[in-house]
Amino acid sequence: MTSFRLDKGGLIDRSSELNFTFDGKAFTGHQGDTLASALIANGVHLMGRSFKYHRPRGVISAGASEPNALVELRDGGRKEANTRATMVELYDGLIANSQNRWPSLDFDLGAVNSLASSMFVAGFYYKTFMWPKSFWEKIYEPIIRKAAGLGTASKLPDPDKYEKAYAHCDMLVIGSGPTGLMAALAAARSGGRVILGDEGSALGGSLLSEREEIAGVSGYNWAQGVLAELASMPNVTLMPRTTVVGWFDGNIFGAIERVNDHVIAPSPYEPRQRYWRIIAKRAVLAAGAEERPVAFGGNDVPGVMLASAMRTYANRYAAAAGKSVVVFTGNDSGYRTARDMQAHGVHVEAIIDSRTESKADAGGVPVLRERMIANVSGGKGVAGVELTDHTKISCDAVAMSGGWSPIVNLACHRGAKPAWNEAILGFVPPETGKAFVAAGSAAGRMLLSECLADGASKGTLAGKALAVPKCRDEAFAVSPLWWVKQSTGKAFVDYQNDSTAKDLPLAAQEGYKDIELAKRYTTTGMATDQGKLGNVNAIAILAEATGKSIEQVGTTTFRPFYTPVAFGAFAGPFTGHHFQPVRKTPLHDWADELGAVFVETGLWMRSSWFPLAGEDWLASASREVLATRNGVGICDVSTLGKIDVQGRDAGAFLDRLYCNTFSTLAVGKARYGLMLREDGIVYDDGTTSRLADDHYVMTTTTANAARVMAQMEFAHQALFPELDVTYVSVTEQWAQMAVAGPKSRATLQKIVDDLVMSDETVPYMAAKEVTVLGGVPARLFRLSFSGEHAYELAVPADYGNMAARAICQAGEEFGIVPYGVEALSIMRVEKGHVAGGELNGTTTAADLGLGKMMSTKKDYIGRMMAMREGLTDTNRQCVVGIRPVEPGDRIRSGAHILKLDDKPSMANDQGYLSSVAWSPMLNMWIALALVSNGRARHGERVRVWDGLRGHETIGEICDPVHFDRENKRLHA
Amino acid sequence: MLIPCPHCGTRPVEEFTFLGDASVKRPTSNDPASMDQWFDYVYLRDNPKGRFDEYAHHAGGCRAWLVVSRNTATHEVYGCVTARDYAKAGGKS
Amino acid sequence: MKYSVFSLLKHTLSGHKNWEPAWRDPAPKKDYDVVIVGGGGHGLATAYYLAKVHGVKNVAVLEKGWLGSGNIGRNTTIIRSNYMLAGNNPFYEFSMKLWEGLEQDFNFNAMVSQRGVLNLCHTDAQRDAFARRGNAMRIDGVDAELLDRAAVREMYPFFDYDNARFPIKGGLLQRRGGTVRHDAVAWGYARGADSHGVDIIQNCEVTGIRIENGKVKGVDTSRGPIACGKLGLAAAGNSSEVAAMAGMRLPIESHVLQAFVSEGLKPYIEGVVTFGAGHFYVSQSDKGGLVFGGDIDGYNSYARRGNLPMVEHVVEAGVAMIPSIARVRVLRSWGGIMDMSMDGSPIIDKTHIDGLYLNAGWCYGGFKATPASGWCFAHTIAKDEPHKLNAAYRLDRFRTGHMLDEKGQGATPNLH
Repeated sequence: MTSFRLDKGGLIDRSSELNFTFDGKAFTGHQGDTLASALIANGVHLMGRSFKYHRPRGVISAGASEPNALVELRDGGRKEANTRATMVELYDGLIANSQNRWPSLDFDLGAVNSLASSMFVAGFYYKTFMWPKSFWEKIYEPIIRKAAGLGTASKLPDPDKYEKAYAHCDMLVIGSGPTGLMAALAAARSGGRVILGDEGSALGGSLLSEREEIAGVSGYNWAQGVLAELASMPNVTLMPRTTVVGWFDGNIFGAIERVNDHVIAPSPYEPRQRYWRIIAKRAVLAAGAEERPVAFGGNDVPGVMLASAMRTYANRYAAAAGKSVVVFTGNDSGYRTARDMQAHGVHVEAIIDSRTESKADAGGVPVLRERMIANVSGGKGVAGVELTDHTKISCDAVAMSGGWSPIVNLACHRGAKPAWNEAILGFVPPETGKAFVAAGSAAGRMLLSECLADGASKGTLAGKALAVPKCRDEAFAVSPLWWVKQSTGKAFVDYQNDSTAKDLPLAAQEGYKDIELAKRYTTTGMATDQGKLGNVNAIAILAEATGKSIEQVGTTTFRPFYTPVAFGAFAGPFTGHHFQPVRKTPLHDWADELGAVFVETGLWMRSSWFPLAGEDWLASASREVLATRNGVGICDVSTLGKIDVQGRDAGAFLDRLYCNTFSTLAVGKARYGLMLREDGIVYDDGTTSRLADDHYVMTTTTANAARVMAQMEFAHQALFPELDVTYVSVTEQWAQMAVAGPKSRATLQKIVDDLVMSDETVPYMAAKEVTVLGGVPARLFRLSFSGEHAYELAVPADYGNMAARAICQAGEEFGIVPYGVEALSIMRVEKGHVAGGELNGTTTAADLGLGKMMSTKKDYIGRMMAMREGLTDTNRQCVVGIRPVEPGDRIRSGAHILKLDDKPSMANDQGYLSSVAWSPMLNMWIALALVSNGRARHGERVRVWDGLRGHETIGEICDPVHFDRENKRLHA
Repeated sequence: MLIPCPHCGTRPVEEFTFLGDASVKRPTSNDPASMDQWFDYVYLRDNPKGRFDEYAHHAGGCRAWLVVSRNTATHEVYGCVTARDYAKAGGKS
Repeated sequence: MKYSVFSLLKHTLSGHKNWEPAWRDPAPKKDYDVVIVGGGGHGLATAYYLAKVHGVKNVAVLEKGWLGSGNIGRNTTIIRSNYMLAGNNPFYEFSMKLWEGLEQDFNFNAMVSQRGVLNLCHTDAQRDAFARRGNAMRIDGVDAELLDRAAVREMYPFFDYDNARFPIKGGLLQRRGGTVRHDAVAWGYARGADSHGVDIIQNCEVTGIRIENGKVKGVDTSRGPIACGKLGLAAAGNSSEVAAMAGMRLPIESHVLQAFVSEGLKPYIEGVVTFGAGHFYVSQSDKGGLVFGGDIDGYNSYARRGNLPMVEHVVEAGVAMIPSIARVRVLRSWGGIMDMSMDGSPIIDKTHIDGLYLNAGWCYGGFKATPASGWCFAHTIAKDEPHKLNAAYRLDRFRTGHMLDEKGQGATPNLH
């Protein structure tokens, strides 16, 4: 293979030899190369295939805007599709494969699409594939889906780690070219905290690629001097390999630092990438400008590239794009490429300049004026060009320059549109306020001296502006050059999506005249480069087609992200088990010792059943219920929300929060409370105890604990600020356990200090402050969710495990069992207590059978809206019990209820089973259900319809209290 | 987006939860004749494009309910007071 | 002119020089029988069905920007009819049936693709809720399947089953759910409506509504006054602003919902999947991009852009669900403005003003409803009374307490 590596120059380390493969073929490159530059140096121009026509493609750019040279980088779980070869730093052992081709890049059968390309115009798919109807999903679409897309993503878990980080600064400078360096230096010298970020592997921006001089030395050396000074300053953070990807409200910038993408794999304990949120008091956009391609026939043949890219490959990477080059330009920048290539010993056949005149220095290269390239010949590489005057020139590479577009993206991320500037023929950033300003060529200042001065001026935070070093300016003169209409070959506007210059006028002809419609119809600008290269050409072509000015057509919306961001970076460490935090109750260790199975309940891990050897969950839960109902059981209920409420108006406050009254509650007593939303629907329930005149302890459901707390804070601070009350969540400060069953009192008596427990000293609904186990402070409540004679005991969290173990020891003689949430749930369904299945955010107090709790003597949240007719209608679904008529029949939660003679339909739907349990006491499946006018229908037989699971049975509507309706056990 | 919490200083938006229009006022009457006012309070909103006073709970900070005055079209934040102070000022930020 | 492979061939032979515009670009007339405010999916569909079903052809659709520039052009393209409440599901199932014949009906390939919508569940309570929902669908003849963990794993083996914070327990699958090429829906309806004589007027912003003696007379626009007999508002996202011109306050807040697309990939995920333990749902477009989203940002907004916390929140859930997605890249994010209603359900109704009709409050469920919404709104306008399919979408349901609250979140729009 011929080497295209230049003999000298470049910022590569020729002493290093890095081995890599592309499509399985071995190559070598040097430290400092990109994958693209190394391939070019090896004479490889064919790097990819286009989206629709599968045309052979090579690099167009040398940077982030690359639409063509996309590869699948790495393999296994680290494989990344669509990786821009121009941004991949070469490392030893790199593996890359081309994509969107079959069987091979060189011979791609997909290229047959090119044959039919005359049919595959913009939007053709909207007009066909409609007949016969069934063919779309069975035939057409699967083929289209397979053919579409670019690279193949891995389906193996990504082994790498990602981090999130936050930074604050006085000045963020985005881009480290001449403008950015001056801005950073100015800001740093004026004492601010400065962050200088650049997407490149090294700082210096264009100065790494150009041969111009600043302050009498090479631009590169000048940059090194500035960077050395910045690096020495403690108030400066330099962030190479860091792409600022978005600008958000509050002058917050998102940035991605590629910490370890330049090595084969991150070292242990280091992330692959780090996602930054940078909160900047001020920021300067010094992102530079992007050179534009020109739409002409064959402008996508591998070897045709941007003029600036060609000289970057030569100057920075010592890689020659060809042996014999033609430059095609409509502005002065192409001349620089011609001179640089000449200087590197590459033959430049001619400069084709579309303009009538130019003052730029051609360096002795022949200039053919007022002509353009009409077509490029060659398939997988350039063979030559044909000009508009039919002159033919042989060459193996073409440099093109249609002008320069300031990189305005970030400045437009918050909705402002850029403005067209006729002098530079480019869109310049909108006015975005003082906190974020564009400078240098990003602001449309296209001369080097302007960039240096603008950076210095906009970077200065205080005091006198920084002195600007001297430099020599290249000429900048540009005239419109969008589309060579004489071209007979395909002239691409959006390379990756294969949209051509002809597609845009066609879109306009068909009515898709707005740039946004034209974009969507033709897919121009919707590829992975988001129109960085092609959009301005598209706008200009559409403007001509619709008889508007470019300014009138305007741009599409610039949106985050400037360059695509790996999901992993935004997710950071919050994946797998670390997706959300785990909450463990104070009794977790106790439950774990006893073999509890824990189940996710919100963030909590709750002990759900305590299986003995050979038991499944149902056997375990059934045994736990029987043991509790026949003796005693202990259950961890610490996850209930606990809120301590104190103050003179504590009672009055609770009266506003709950539909029933708490100000009348006696000290030492507990009461069940029902809380509504302001719309009259039930919000939450729980018991609240009064420990002193001005001291209550509230409990909430596990699910609503945080929301109820927020609601209380809202009610107090925003609605009733006059109330003298204070409250705090103590959910995590107290361990709480239910001790239930006929032997619960005998069990607890053994650990309670100095209190003879009886119905007199601890009556039903008593709430007492006691001590246990010789002085441990505790709260003892005689409450029952199970329906048994039962208590809840709360101790400070750190005593939780000890107290639970002590209770287990005390209850050993009574056969005490630990029971979990499953057994708890069975017992509450047996007792007809409502819970999450019934408190579903759409039920009223009356629906739950609790309508009588609603006070008529006070204002409370939800009182008025609960009076609406829709909420008091007797036909509303309300809570009932359901039992299968055949006791052996299984019923399942979520089954619906139909009248016996009704057919299944939404209109006939009578309700559904909201909670179902196997009752070991009744030896059958039982349910709570929400059924239309259900309270009036006890005894009615209904269809329990579970078509989803292919099951149906006959059930009977009954009282929701399935077990011990007289509550004898409660008071036993 | 950054919210200037009067207690905690300028904090990122994810520390806050929002609860809509702060300019609505909870009626004080329980008279059935006041149902229209209650309906307005619970359900109807001006929902302006532009300046908007919005309840925000600093759930990830001091837990105060705040009223953030912000432009709904541009997200520019004009100011932030506690809901208590807002109520005292008669619903003005 | 009918679109078909034959017309495509014919135009290919003539170099595509003779394609006619898909719709005319008429200047507004002085007077219409019906004016629809909002040239998005719902407005265009309404005009289409007014003309086609009800023969009301002297209709203008006024769009302040470009055709389809609202939420029809910025949604995540999902169609499904997996609702639970009696007021909702028949409506959405009717919409699904319209989707199933839409392309042949309006002669435009909108790429209706029924590749399945799978909602994952991670707890027993979620599974029970899915059973209730699935049975509500099945009871009315809508397809639904309750999958266990093994069945989900068979469909999507690369999700996280072994290392997840919230293990996948199963899911509710509607195989007829899927995606549609959203822009093409707007274009198809526009072309269809135009072919029936409807004037689609772009860049025409309504600035005022003329009402005399409790009756609508017309609108003021950036292109001059336009008189009309009936006026339909279909401007979701801006409903409150438009209704305010008629002196109405709505039970709606505007919120921004972000959506995202990844770089194009070869087929990666077949259907639509929603995560049950966080805010994330994803599907893959025919072009190869993973189209995904999550929750609204939470604050009231008319800006069509969001902020980073929700980006992170959504993507975290995505990686939690699909660990391999970590190396896929997010290409672009955008935002749409949602009419978040007070019960999470929409409004298609008459108003107290004679001749003024309201179509609003779609939250983030508007896209899938487009055909049925247009169909029902057209009926409501033409007949001056709601069809039984939209009978539950009354504006006064909040006053009477007949809310349609699928999520049970109450009058807190940003929780729906």
